[in-house]
Amino acid sequence: MALLARPVSRTGLGLAALAVLPLGFLVVFFAWPVGAILRLGFVDGGVVAALAEGETWRLAWFTVAQAAGSTLVAVLAGMPVAFVLARVRLPGVAVVRTLLLVPFVLPTVVVGLAFRALWPDGGWLSIVLANAFFNVAVVGRTVSGLWALLDSRAEDAARALGASRWRAFRTVTLPALMPAVTSAAAVVFLFCATSFGVVLILGGARYRTLETEIYLRTENLLDLTGAAALSLVQIAAVLGALVLGAAARRRREGALRLRSRRETAHRPSGGEWTVVGAAVVVLGLLLTPIAALLLRSVSTPDGWSLDGYRALSGTGNDGTLQVSGWEAAMNSLRTATDATVLAMIIGVSASVLLVALRRSPGRLARGVGESMDAALMLPLGVSAVTVGFGYLITLDALPGDLRTSPLLVPLAQALVVIPLVVRTVLPVVRSIDDRLRQAAATLGASPARVWREIDVPLTSRAVVAAAGFGYVVALGEFGATSFLARPQSPTLPVAIASLIARPGQLNSQMAYAACALLMLVTAAAVIVIDRLAAGRVGEF
Amino acid sequence: MRFRIGVLAGLVAVLTAGCTLAGDNAEDGASTVTLVTHDSFAAPQQVLDAFEQQTGITINVVKQGDAGALTNTLVLTKANPIGDVAFGVDSTFASRALSEGVFAPYTSPEADRGPQRYAVDSEHRLSAVDLGDVCVNIDAGWFAEHGLPEPVTYDDLADPRYRDLLVVENPATSSPGLAFLLGTVARYGEQGWQDYWTRLKDNGVRVSAGWEEAYGQDFSGSSGQGPRPIVVSYASSPAAEIGDDGKPRTKALLDTCYRQVEYAGVLAGSPNADKAGKVVDFLLSQQFQATVPDNMYVYPARAGVALPQTWTVAAPLPPDPASLPADVVQAGRERWIEQWRSSLGQ
Repeated sequence: MALLARPVSRTGLGLAALAVLPLGFLVVFFAWPVGAILRLGFVDGGVVAALAEGETWRLAWFTVAQAAGSTLVAVLAGMPVAFVLARVRLPGVAVVRTLLLVPFVLPTVVVGLAFRALWPDGGWLSIVLANAFFNVAVVGRTVSGLWALLDSRAEDAARALGASRWRAFRTVTLPALMPAVTSAAAVVFLFCATSFGVVLILGGARYRTLETEIYLRTENLLDLTGAAALSLVQIAAVLGALVLGAAARRRREGALRLRSRRETAHRPSGGEWTVVGAAVVVLGLLLTPIAALLLRSVSTPDGWSLDGYRALSGTGNDGTLQVSGWEAAMNSLRTATDATVLAMIIGVSASVLLVALRRSPGRLARGVGESMDAALMLPLGVSAVTVGFGYLITLDALPGDLRTSPLLVPLAQALVVIPLVVRTVLPVVRSIDDRLRQAAATLGASPARVWREIDVPLTSRAVVAAAGFGYVVALGEFGATSFLARPQSPTLPVAIASLIARPGQLNSQMAYAACALLMLVTAAAVIVIDRLAAGRVGEF
Repeated sequence: MRFRIGVLAGLVAVLTAGCTLAGDNAEDGASTVTLVTHDSFAAPQQVLDAFEQQTGITINVVKQGDAGALTNTLVLTKANPIGDVAFGVDSTFASRALSEGVFAPYTSPEADRGPQRYAVDSEHRLSAVDLGDVCVNIDAGWFAEHGLPEPVTYDDLADPRYRDLLVVENPATSSPGLAFLLGTVARYGEQGWQDYWTRLKDNGVRVSAGWEEAYGQDFSGSSGQGPRPIVVSYASSPAAEIGDDGKPRTKALLDTCYRQVEYAGVLAGSPNADKAGKVVDFLLSQQFQATVPDNMYVYPARAGVALPQTWTVAAPLPPDPASLPADVVQAGRERWIEQWRSSLGQ
C-alpha cells in the first residue's frame, strides 16, 4: 500500500479491496483488448507516418469541433430542463423526467434517418443537433441530481441583498453546480466525439470523424496501422478533454450543504417562468423527431395501419430476425439488467474509492485517484470497433473463450455504463461535508452507522438516478452490442437495425413499431426506477 | 498473484450472480458446429432442424458484421478461430481471406452441381454459395408518370436528362456502394472510371453513407417514398417491392450489374473439420439453396434451383453482369476508394 503513502491500515486495506473490482474489470475488458489491437497496428511500423498525414489532423479537428459544438448545445438546452427537474413544483415534472430519457435509447440509425427526413441537407449542423438530441438528458439528469439537493438559502440571501435573479444564479448557484455541469459536459463530449451512426448517416460521404474512419480502417480495410494511429489521436483528444474537465472540477470543488428536494422545490415565479418556457421549447424540439417516428410507425403508402405493431409478434419478412420483436424486447431488458447490476457494483465502489483517494493526505494517492478517474472514463472515448476487435484477439485466453459468448454483451454494456455511474454518484459523494461524518463519529456512531445515517441517505438519490440512467444507456447501447450480440438473442436496437437493413414494407413498418416499443419499455423502466427512488429517499 | 485470483473470483461472482443469459450458451457439444457468417445470414428454422435430424449436427450461428468485417474477423482470429466454418466472404474480400490462410481445402461433393462455375481458388478452399448481384434500380412508375424513357446503361445515368435523379452509396462505408464502384471500374477501365464519376457528379449524383438511407429514404420506389427514382441496390430488390396488383413497382437495370459471389469454407484450425465440411455440403444442398432467395435476397449458386415465382418476373438473374478477378479487387480496392473520395471532392 505504498501508493497511499502511509502504513498499511484498515482503511488502506479497505480501499485496496474496493479497487480490485473496478481495476480488474477495466484491465481485463478494456485495457488489455484495446492494447492488443493497437499493438497489432504498431507491429509493421508506419504509425508515425500515418500520424504525420494532414488528413489525420483534419479528422481530429472536425471530431473535436463537432463534439464541442454538440456539447455546448446539449449543455445550453439541458440547463433549463435541469432547473425544472430540480426546483420546480408543477404538475407534469415527473413526466418530463421520464420523457427526457427516451431519446437516449433510440438507435442512432433510426434517429439519423429521422433527422435526415426532417432536414435532408443539414450537413454538420444536423450532426451537432442530432448529437445534442441524444445528450440533453445527460445534462438534465446529472445537473438536476445535484441542483435538487443544493441548499437554496445562499441564493435567497443573495437575492435579499439585492442581487438580480440572474446575478444570484451566476455567482451563487452556478459555481455550486459546476461539478455536475462539467461532469455532464465531459460525458457528453465523449459520447459525441465517438458518435458513429449519426455522423455516418448525416455526414453522408462528406463529413468524417476519427470514429467513422477508425471503423472504416478496422472493419473494412483491415488497415490496423492507420486505425492504430487514429485511435492514438482519439485517445489523446479524449484524455485532453478529461484533463480539462478535471481541472475545471478541481477549481470549483468544495463541500456543499445538501438538502432534500422537498425543501427546495417550489412553484415558479416571475422570471423563472422564462426558464420554464425555455425548458418547454427544448422538450418540444426533443419530441419532434420522436413524434415523426411514431407517425412513421403507423403510416404506410396505403394509409394508416397497425401492421408494424402486429408484426412485432413475428420475425419480419421471411425470417429477417431469428426471434420475434417481443423476444428481442425481453432480451433487451435482461441484458440491460445484468449490465446495470454489474456497472452499479463497479461504479459505486469506484466512486467511493476515488473520493477516499481524493481526501487522503498523500499526494501520490491523489494522483492515483485522478489517473483512475480518467481511466474509468476512457471506455466512452474509445471506438466500439476497437474494443470489439480487441476482444476477438484476446478473450480466447480467458477460460471458456468468451469471444462469442452472450455474456460479453452485458460486460461490454457495463463498460459504457460505469463512467456514467461514476460521474453521477461521484459529485454527490464528494460534496458531502466530511464534518457531518466527524460530528456523527464524535457523537459515538460506529463507522457503519455513519455510513448508514450520513452517506447512504445523501447519496441514495444519486445512486438510484445513476442506476436508472445506466439502465437506459444499456438498453440503447448499440455500437458494442451490435458487434457482440448473437442472432439468437438480439437486443431491440440490434433487431431494429437488422429490420431497417432489409427491403420490404413489413420490415420497415416493424422497425418503426419496434422503436415505439423500445421507447415504451424505456419509459416504463424509468418510471419504475424513479418510483423506487422517490420511495426510498423521500423521508430524510 | 493473490491479486489476480481476487480479480478473477470477483468477476466470476459478479457474472454468475448477475447474468440471466448464462443459460443459452449452447456450445461445446461434440456435434455442434459453429458457423461464422455476416449479418445478412438467414435461414428457415425448419431447414436447419432437418439438417440436424439427418446428421446430428447442430449449427451454432455467430454473426460478425458485413462481408468485410466478417473477413477481417476471420483474419484476426485465424490462430484460434471463433468457429468451424464460415459463410459470407464474398468475391470482394476472398483474396484477403485466401492469402491470409484462413480457410482449409475442402471439396464438397455438391460443388460440381453448379457452384464450381464461380470457383475462385484452385485449392478448393472456398465454395460458392450464392450470387448477390448489385444493380442500379429504378422506380418504373416515376418514369411513366414523368413521361421520361427509363435509363438503361451506365452512360444514361450521366445524361443530363436524368439530372439529380440518382442516389448511390459511399463505397467506403457500404458494400453495394463498393460493388457499384467496382462495376464502373470494370466498365470504364483504370483510365476511364474517374472521368465517369466526374460526369455523375456534374449530373447531380447524391451519395449516401449506406443502403438504408439510399434505398429506404432517398429512393422513390421503396416504402420511404423519397425524391430520387434511381438507386444503387440489388438485382433482387424488385422482388420485395411487389404492388397489390402483383406487379413489381421497381426494376433492376441489367446492364449495370456487378456480380458478387458469396463463399463458404472450412476454417483452418477447426477441430471439427469433417463436420464443418458437412455444413458446407448443407449450404450447397438443394434444400438450403432453395431458401436463399426468400431469406437472403440472393441467387443460388447451384444449378437448377428454381427461383420463387415473383423473382422470375421481378428479379431474374442478370444474364451478363460485370465482375473483376478477386486479386485485382484486392490490389485496387483501397486505392480506388481513395481516388473516388478525391474525385467526388469528399
